[in-house]
Amino acid sequence: MTTIETSRPAAARQYAGLSLRSWRMVGIAALLAAACVLPFSLSSYHLFQATQVLVYAMVLLGLNVLTGFNGQISLGHGAFYAIGAYTAAILLDKTGVPYWATIPVAGLVCLVAGFLFGRPALRLEGHYLALATFALAVATPQILKYKHLEPWTGGVQGIIISKPDAPAGLPLDGDQWLYFFCLIWTVPLFVVGWNLLRGRTGRAMVAIRDHPMAAATMGIDTALYKSLTFGVSAMYTGIAGALGALVAQFVSPDSFGFFLSISFLVGIVVGGIASISGAVFGAIFIEFVPNIADQISKAAPWAIYGIFLIAFMYLMPMGVAGVVRFAAARFARLASERRAG
Amino acid sequence: MYARRAWLAAAAFAALALPAAAADTPGVTASEIKIGQTMPYSGPASAYGTIGKAETAYFNMINEKGGIAGRKLNLMSLDDGYSPPKTMEQIRRLVEQEDVAFIFQSLGTPSNTAIQKYLNTKKVPQLFVATGASKWGDPEHFHWTIGWQPDYRTEARIYAKYILKEKPHAKIAVLYQNDDFGKDYLIGLKDGLGDKGAKMIVQEASYEVTDPTVDSQVVGLQSSGADTLVTAATPKFAAQTIRKVYDIGWKPLHFMSNVSVSVASVLQPAGPEKAVGMLTAAYLKDPNDPTFKDDTGMKHWREFMTKYYPDGDQKDASNVYGYGVAMTLVQVLKQCGSDFSRENVMKQAANLKNFDVPILLPGIKINTSATDYYPIQQMQLGKWDGKTWVLFGDVISGEGS
Amino acid sequence: MQALMHQVLSGLANGGIYASVALALVMIYQATHHVNFAQGEMAMFSTYVCWMLLQAGLPYWIAFILTLGFAFIAGVAIERIIVRPVEQAPVLTVVVVFIGLLIIINSLAGWLFSYTIKAFPSPFPSNAWYGSPFMSPHEVGMIFVTMVVLALVFAFFRFTPLGLAMRAAAQNPVSSRLVGIRVGWMLAMGWGLAGLIGSVAGMMAAPIVYLDPNMMGGILLYGFAAALVGGIDNPWGAVLGGFIVGVLENVAGAYVVGTELKLTVALVIIIGVLLVKPSGLFGRVLVTRV
Repeated sequence: MTTIETSRPAAARQYAGLSLRSWRMVGIAALLAAACVLPFSLSSYHLFQATQVLVYAMVLLGLNVLTGFNGQISLGHGAFYAIGAYTAAILLDKTGVPYWATIPVAGLVCLVAGFLFGRPALRLEGHYLALATFALAVATPQILKYKHLEPWTGGVQGIIISKPDAPAGLPLDGDQWLYFFCLIWTVPLFVVGWNLLRGRTGRAMVAIRDHPMAAATMGIDTALYKSLTFGVSAMYTGIAGALGALVAQFVSPDSFGFFLSISFLVGIVVGGIASISGAVFGAIFIEFVPNIADQISKAAPWAIYGIFLIAFMYLMPMGVAGVVRFAAARFARLASERRAG
Repeated sequence: MYARRAWLAAAAFAALALPAAAADTPGVTASEIKIGQTMPYSGPASAYGTIGKAETAYFNMINEKGGIAGRKLNLMSLDDGYSPPKTMEQIRRLVEQEDVAFIFQSLGTPSNTAIQKYLNTKKVPQLFVATGASKWGDPEHFHWTIGWQPDYRTEARIYAKYILKEKPHAKIAVLYQNDDFGKDYLIGLKDGLGDKGAKMIVQEASYEVTDPTVDSQVVGLQSSGADTLVTAATPKFAAQTIRKVYDIGWKPLHFMSNVSVSVASVLQPAGPEKAVGMLTAAYLKDPNDPTFKDDTGMKHWREFMTKYYPDGDQKDASNVYGYGVAMTLVQVLKQCGSDFSRENVMKQAANLKNFDVPILLPGIKINTSATDYYPIQQMQLGKWDGKTWVLFGDVISGEGS
Repeated sequence: MQALMHQVLSGLANGGIYASVALALVMIYQATHHVNFAQGEMAMFSTYVCWMLLQAGLPYWIAFILTLGFAFIAGVAIERIIVRPVEQAPVLTVVVVFIGLLIIINSLAGWLFSYTIKAFPSPFPSNAWYGSPFMSPHEVGMIFVTMVVLALVFAFFRFTPLGLAMRAAAQNPVSSRLVGIRVGWMLAMGWGLAGLIGSVAGMMAAPIVYLDPNMMGGILLYGFAAALVGGIDNPWGAVLGGFIVGVLENVAGAYVVGTELKLTVALVIIIGVLLVKPSGLFGRVLVTRV
């Protein structure tokens, strides 16, 4: 007897009893659980590195939103990182603001700064925007050293920051508390980012990247979206910068040179352009690979970095996240084929 | 089941007991002393990386001769690319993961500033930092941090003393690198000149390391009418300054910072005849100075370089410097006897009395005490005659406020 | 007044360096429509090659010519091997590859030649008649060389069939292929020529700024500013832009913002030009039809 196909929506594909969506939830929950257990099983030094990874992940998410999803190339995100870091440092040093309050302020300052930079940058495309942001990255240390800003920035001497203690009552030491504090910021930022990119805003951003003319014709206010994206991207980076300042306990103009912006670029390229999980992969890369590169070649570690960069562009243009996705899709197909066959 | 528990308990006890023994003298075992260091082997300041290599070579030499109190010196020198956050990371790795006994000769003022508080809180000696900033000699607030070379302010004060004595009506122009190195000179000069400073210094100009040339600054300084020039610049810009001053026909009394007086890396490129009459203050014997060709100390240094650091440039004063600091550390360790705890190492570092390092100029000795954390405070003036630095006058002490 | 004159002349001397770097940038842009971030490092490396040849004992002009050859071949090789695979890729990929090149070449130079500065000789004798306290003979000679290179480049693009083919290949690769132009090799040649011009810039700049791996870092930014001011597709504009930037930088540094913000002046120039008149003073204004 022939079955008549009715037009009801196909049931979600099941893999070992759970849909793909549920598997993803399980994965993320496992990741979060692991992230919470980490501080108690790692030594102080490794925990310090893990905290740094969290900070970089936030920066890379911000940069990815701008460059990967919205197509605006920025070689100068080190500048926003520096603004966030210095905002936190100056507030801690000159005013009595508690450390946890400096983070949202840094984020706000960078949101405005990013938006202000984004507006004029509207007219710049591709290479020209890269050029303008390249100039920004190169000029940042000099601006930070400017003598008229010295009473606030501390000039070349920089500003020393004390590590915050865990709030009373919690059995955590300084390093562990700092890790959790960063985690408290990382998770919501990632959730917000994911939500943003999933919805209308995200689609508008991607549309602007792929076909600005068509997007404008469809009624998307490209100018507004582009500037806002710049602002949001800068905000993420600024928050990360402020947290990074707490982790490093020191800010100085030399900490925010041109190579910092390059590292961020490397991070999103390696992690995966236009990918949220890519931000985490990229962060792990830029935190740990320089040490490995150091061991390969004491004299020219940056050459190794550069080679990684170019190799990834050829072999894995979608980054590690792309490879993971590809592998997952492959696995899913194999699994379903096996079931069908 | 109980046997396993007992076994586990014994293992745990042993595991706890061992580190307990090491906790009193971290980094020190019966056969080695682990020393930590960060150096800019990559990045903008990599020219100084040779210092780390010279020191590693020196410790190799000591190890071949039996080490100190039967222990080998193991210098772990990591690259920080002259970036303070990287320095912090490497230092934490050295202290927390590699368990070094102490940190020795980390290079760079911002780098050392970043780690100073951490090391002092953790009570890890930060010995003989490789920077001339004046702020390292502060035993009251930073008991665990000590410098080595004459600091920049001391040097600038020596220049000020000379100017006040020989040219009290000088009109001084200052060219300085826009970072803590350059600014320290400016402050030291003003400090040394005292109240007269404000009148005597007629123009200051700074430059960034990203500037292609300093020609504009030199031209601006000349037009101020100054007849004396104090230059606090690193080798590349020092060479440019010397050349430009000569080319525009300006003949001031020219003081050059001690970091940029190497024949090979500054005077040769600039043109040795263009710097005739230039003054500097020195504390190390110049490897290119024919006066010290047969000097015992320099002979030993040359033998050391040929045997243990053949890749090193024997015309580079940085290699003399590294040799001298390494020798000082070995003296500190010798003074420790067999107690290499961090407290004792620090105590002995602050207990050097008239220690003579053969590559220092004759008459200059190393002195430290619990209240004096400036090991070297004497220098001697030298004048460039077109071929070499000619030392003159007495060894001057630059102690100041 | 004399001081101002002196600053201006000093600015022109610096401007000569920027002009030659800008010329190389324009060269690459005209040939490939890409902004080459690694241009400065390529120039620096070529200068080191020349230095090595001089250390080996070769006379200056022989070493100079050999270096030109090396720079040309290196440029072609880089295009064929590294840039070719990503030619069709989105802008981000291309930019990333250039940045990668920048760091590799910089690091390689540091490893091979160490970071101690090296003196580089000038072909212009130091007591030549055209020298003066304001501008050394080399600085005058450098400006002269830049103008000669500029004239040659202009003549090449304007009057030779090969130059025409290169311009066509950059502007309209598809149509060019249809008329028989080997577009791939045109691009490679463009890189080769840019490498060659860059090496001239490096060899002219090195006697003034001294040779070290980080020699071109600051200069590159000023070169970009110069190329933008003059128009990134106009060689004359690039050279003029170089002189304008050089004088502006010096005068602003001496009288307006102080010597501490000179790089920021370059930043402001770049952003200002890109916002107000992206085609620069003499570039062609591009209008895109939808």
